[in-house]
Amino acid sequence: MLSYALRTLTRMALTFFAIVTIVFFATRLSGDAIDYVVGEGITSEDRALLIEYYDLDKPLFSQYLAFLRAFTDGQFGLSFIERRPVSEIVVERLWPSAQLLLSAMALTLLVSIPLGIAAAIWRKSWVGSAVMAVAFLGYAVPNFVLAIVMVLVFSYWLNWLPVVGNGTALHFIMPTVAMAGVLIAALTRFTRNAMLDVLGQDFMRTARAKGLPEARVIVKHGLRNAGITILSVIGLQVAGLAAAGSVVIEAIFAWPGIGDLLVSSALRRDYPVLQFGVLTVALAVIVINAAVDLAYAWADPRLRHTVKA
Amino acid sequence: MTYPAVPAPSLPAAAYQLWRSADVIQKVAILIGITLVVLAIFAPLIAPFDPNSQSLIARLRPPLGFERAKAGYLLGTDELGRDVFSRSLYGLRLTLMLAGLGATLGLMIGGTLGLLAGIAGGRTEASIMAAVDTQIAVPFTLVALFLLAILGSSIQVIVLVLGLAGWEQYARIVRGEVKRLMNMPFIEAARAAGAGPLRIARHHLLPNIVSPLVVQFTLSLSNIVLLESTLSFLGLGVQPPTATLGSMVGIGRDYMPTAPWIVIAPAMMILLITFAVQILGDWLRDGADVRLRAR
Repeated sequence: MLSYALRTLTRMALTFFAIVTIVFFATRLSGDAIDYVVGEGITSEDRALLIEYYDLDKPLFSQYLAFLRAFTDGQFGLSFIERRPVSEIVVERLWPSAQLLLSAMALTLLVSIPLGIAAAIWRKSWVGSAVMAVAFLGYAVPNFVLAIVMVLVFSYWLNWLPVVGNGTALHFIMPTVAMAGVLIAALTRFTRNAMLDVLGQDFMRTARAKGLPEARVIVKHGLRNAGITILSVIGLQVAGLAAAGSVVIEAIFAWPGIGDLLVSSALRRDYPVLQFGVLTVALAVIVINAAVDLAYAWADPRLRHTVKA
Repeated sequence: MTYPAVPAPSLPAAAYQLWRSADVIQKVAILIGITLVVLAIFAPLIAPFDPNSQSLIARLRPPLGFERAKAGYLLGTDELGRDVFSRSLYGLRLTLMLAGLGATLGLMIGGTLGLLAGIAGGRTEASIMAAVDTQIAVPFTLVALFLLAILGSSIQVIVLVLGLAGWEQYARIVRGEVKRLMNMPFIEAARAAGAGPLRIARHHLLPNIVSPLVVQFTLSLSNIVLLESTLSFLGLGVQPPTATLGSMVGIGRDYMPTAPWIVIAPAMMILLITFAVQILGDWLRDGADVRLRAR
């Protein structure tokens, strides 16, 4: 288990290092960001001052080293537009994003696990086909279209729900559903397939043979085994989908999270914020992936045994 | 070396065979797909108006059949008096074109790297697969956002970004197939006959991996359409006044309370594309699987 954990952590660190490097060199592809931000009407002295301030006059490689140093001293620079440390700007966006992500995840689990199990148990009846059809549709509907349609119906026509912000519980409904849509579609499919794999196993027949009620067989023996596969899928696929989804959904609903920040700083070309924001989200996704990987190894006795042997 | 010639079925016959094997939903998807492609190709002939020509007196008119509708504007007009139907057609055209180019670029990048990884092995393979893993680990929407902000939203950059989305899938598939095929006797025979790696790749490997690539191409097409629409929707894709389906939804969003038709037509088209393409992709994949099993 320990060597497995070490390998996972090493891979995680390497991936993050690769992303940091790519992000750094990509930002320097575009020439002087100063020109974009300040635009015309700046004196050449001021321009030189800014270039010196942002270290744009140093050789590329020492800029890169300075960029890496930020990870040890925590100085990631100032926002071009807000003139505040980017770390401050990004950090205050984390909690609203996490709230939305957690509520979308909760909804996803509550809906897709029972649906997936139902689709597996009754796979030959109309229940199974109906669930799979809905899951398919959920996959084909882009999240921004779902969001727009909901806004149109529930905010403008029915006047039930607020459109922007995150003030009250009512504000959570539409963003959560819009974000969970594609996640539910994905996870329902995976749950169904994972359950189908388990349902045919010998230990399920044994559990039934020893007289356990069917519900107990499904939950205790079926779901617990399928759960391991489902868990890994949540980490690998769902975390990525959720991160991508939060960008769009937060922008639509003006949710004060990190996705909204990324879009607005991309539109305003506020590179320091964009750069740090992308790295933060990338790090979050990598950490979640690694955590799920470890949980997977920990939860699956078979894997633990092979590691011990 | 010659092979006994297997008479290839004529194209119409093969197409008819495929059509017969499809179920109702798949037939619907095929018809939708064909209709969309025809509309996109002939957009300049079908569209009644120039997609960018504005008319101050015909602003925010609803579709025909509603009160205040203006004759000739089938799906109404937008906030600048542009014809929504014409813009949707041109938007569809551009969206499909960008997606096609992006998917092709992804196929070329990923296919080449996968082939290289599978044939060369060793360090080359390890570093290519490390790049694949990195790409998988980061949600691509973020990367796309970042690249477009930095490099600007020109058509070239957009195609590049769309091409970078999904190359890793091709690389994985091609590498896997190549590794499997490299152990087959016919490759060994080719090598023994003196064929170099390039000849083996071109004449022996590529023909054998066409069908999984076609399937992956179709599946990735709907992802790429979605990505392009999302980016345009956010204002980071193709820049106004050029119409793409995503940007029409994104800009029309502001007029939704009073003029929902601006958004509905392009949103429906995006839905139809992803719906049709995904069903076709699944269908092709199942077909390819059957052939693999029969082998």
